[in-house]
This record gives sequence, structure tokens and C-alpha cells, in this order.
Amino acid sequence: MTEMTFIKVGMADLNIAGDGAVLKTTGLGSCVGITLYDPILKLAGMAHIMLPDSQIAKEGQLNIAKYADTAVPELVRRLREKGADVKRLVAKMAGGAQMFAFAVGSDSMRIGPRNVESTKLALQAFSIPLLSEDTGANYGRTVELDSGTGIFTIRSVQFGVKEI
Amino acid sequence: MSLFPNDEAFKLDVLREVGNIGSGHAATALSTLMDRPVDMAVPTVSLLPFESIAERVGGPEELVIAVFFRVEGPAPGNMFFILHPRSARRLLARFEVLKGSEGDEYTYSELELSALCEIGNILAGSYLSSLGDLTGLYMSPSVPSIAFDMAGAILSFGLLQFGVMGDEALLIDTTLVEGGQKTEGQFFLIPDPESFDKLFRALGVPVE
Repeated sequence: MTEMTFIKVGMADLNIAGDGAVLKTTGLGSCVGITLYDPILKLAGMAHIMLPDSQIAKEGQLNIAKYADTAVPELVRRLREKGADVKRLVAKMAGGAQMFAFAVGSDSMRIGPRNVESTKLALQAFSIPLLSEDTGANYGRTVELDSGTGIFTIRSVQFGVKEI
Repeated sequence: MSLFPNDEAFKLDVLREVGNIGSGHAATALSTLMDRPVDMAVPTVSLLPFESIAERVGGPEELVIAVFFRVEGPAPGNMFFILHPRSARRLLARFEVLKGSEGDEYTYSELELSALCEIGNILAGSYLSSLGDLTGLYMSPSVPSIAFDMAGAILSFGLLQFGVMGDEALLIDTTLVEGGQKTEGQFFLIPDPESFDKLFRALGVPVE
């Protein structure tokens, strides 16, 4: 059996992979792990989104991988560069949990669901279908996308391993 | 990114002292609760890339128990009291009322989690009230909330305020140790980026 190649996607980071390599991001809480996949080219992209909207950014140099509204277009651009057709792209995603239960009446408490909503809007803008998702609830997730098969694997403490 | 363009070394020293005083009081409170000596390691204060913050507790997939507080008042921020499962078990074993309910390191009853949450609450209360005395700024922990999960998933929640500014956060990290060796718990204080000037002014540090 050949060794799997893992390509790590950090927090507020994105990357693409082909040739059967596996994209992986660890410890998603309220963050969202969104993946795009071209099944013909077997080309995959993943972003670890932290915040819903780049409008709230106060940073000088915008990290476009961090925000849902900028990370999805950037993934599409990177995949197109490698020959992917946006009409073939399909999406899967996980994360967007609310790790802590109480409400302090601030918007940051709902950051998980807002990340999910905003990511969906960004997908709609490109008419990319969301094939499946495992979002919300109150637990952390580590996710992988296999560029060879398009299988999206989710690991969590409570529920073990799940494929979508 | 430099958070403090002027006097950076001095300002980090001041924040280290803030961590020192806060966790010193928390260590005393824990010592009283456990009825045994609890010390603290010298706090570290550093501006860390988001990725590196979970490394401070063993990596993004390390299982930890964390009590989260929003620090409320004029200099708000986020605070975590973090326990590794082994320390949590040791801590719980000190309480007579919880005897007989012991699970393994990875299983906790509602009562046990609630007890850990309350211990975190007491310690955070003494940490923050000593900072309040020091700065003259009212600092109060919100209602505590506990999670037992991957460190990365938990800690990222405390980085959102820094998230809009860049990809790094300033962390005041203090470790409580028992018997000079076993880690009992770790405090992470992550003041909101806007809170530093207020803290420095209150402590008489010149702010540009």
C-alpha cells in the first residue's frame, strides 16, 4: 500500500491537492472546514474558515482564507487555475459548532452558525451544490478530504469517525 | 505584527506581572480548595500565531477540559482555565462528596463537570479580582461554561476578537503546579486587542 500524503490546512488557511493526497484540518470548533471537489480531475480544495464576513476585518493585509466570503472565491480561483470547471465542483463541509453553551448576548456566541450560513451563501454565488454537511452542535471536529475519492471524513471525540 | 510599537519589552513585562499576580491569587485559592500547596510557574506572555496557541496545551487535537469565561468590564477579554484529564481526575479525587462517582480520565458525570466548572469559577474569580485591585478596573468573569474536547476547537473560540486584526493573538499563559512537578491547571488570559491601552493606562504605563 502506498503511503498517504497529507496536506495540512491550518487555522485561517486554505490549500488545494490532487494525485490522491489528503487535505486535513484539525480541531474545528466554531470554525468551518469547507471543501470543494472536481470529481473528473480528482482535484480538491479545503479552507479552514474562522469568521463569516471580511467586512468586519480591521487587519491591514487581509487574510482571505479566514473569512467565508473571501475563502470560497479564492478556493474556486485556485482550483480553476489547475483546470477545474466550476460547473463540476461539489462542496462538503463540517464545523460551525457552538463550543460553549451559555449566552452572553454577544454575536460572537453565534459565530459557528454564522460561519455556516455565510459559507453557504458564498457557495450559492457560484451555484456550487453542497452535497453534505456535518455542522452545528457543540463538539470539535477534525476533517479530511481524500482527493482521490472525494470522501470527506470527520473525527470527533464523542462520535468517532464518520464519512460524508 | 507588532501589537506594541513602542516599549514592547517593557509592556510584555507588565503583562507578565499581570499574569503573575492574577495566577498567584488563583494558586492560593486552589491551594485552599485542595488543602495542599500549589505553586505557579513564571507566566509567559507572547504574541502567537493562532496555530501555535493550541500547542501550549499539547496540540490542536489534545483532549482538554476547559472552562471559558468572558472577562467583562472596561477591559474585556477571554479567559480559559484548562485541565488535562489526568489533572482533572486528581483534582476531583480531593473532594469527599464526589467519592464513589469516579469514572476514567475520559468520562465525567454531570456532577463532576459541574464541580470542575465551579472550581474554575472560583479560581478565575480570584485571578480577576486581584487584577481589579491592581488596576482599579472592574473585571468580572461571565457565567462559566465548560467543554471537554479538542484543544483547537475550544481555544479558537477565544481568538475571535484577535481574528479581525490579524492571525496572531497575545496570550498570558500561567501554569499552576502541585508539589513542584504535576501540572494542575493552566490559565489563558487573552485580553481583547482594544483592552491593552486601558490596562496600561490604569497601571501608569505610558501609552502612545
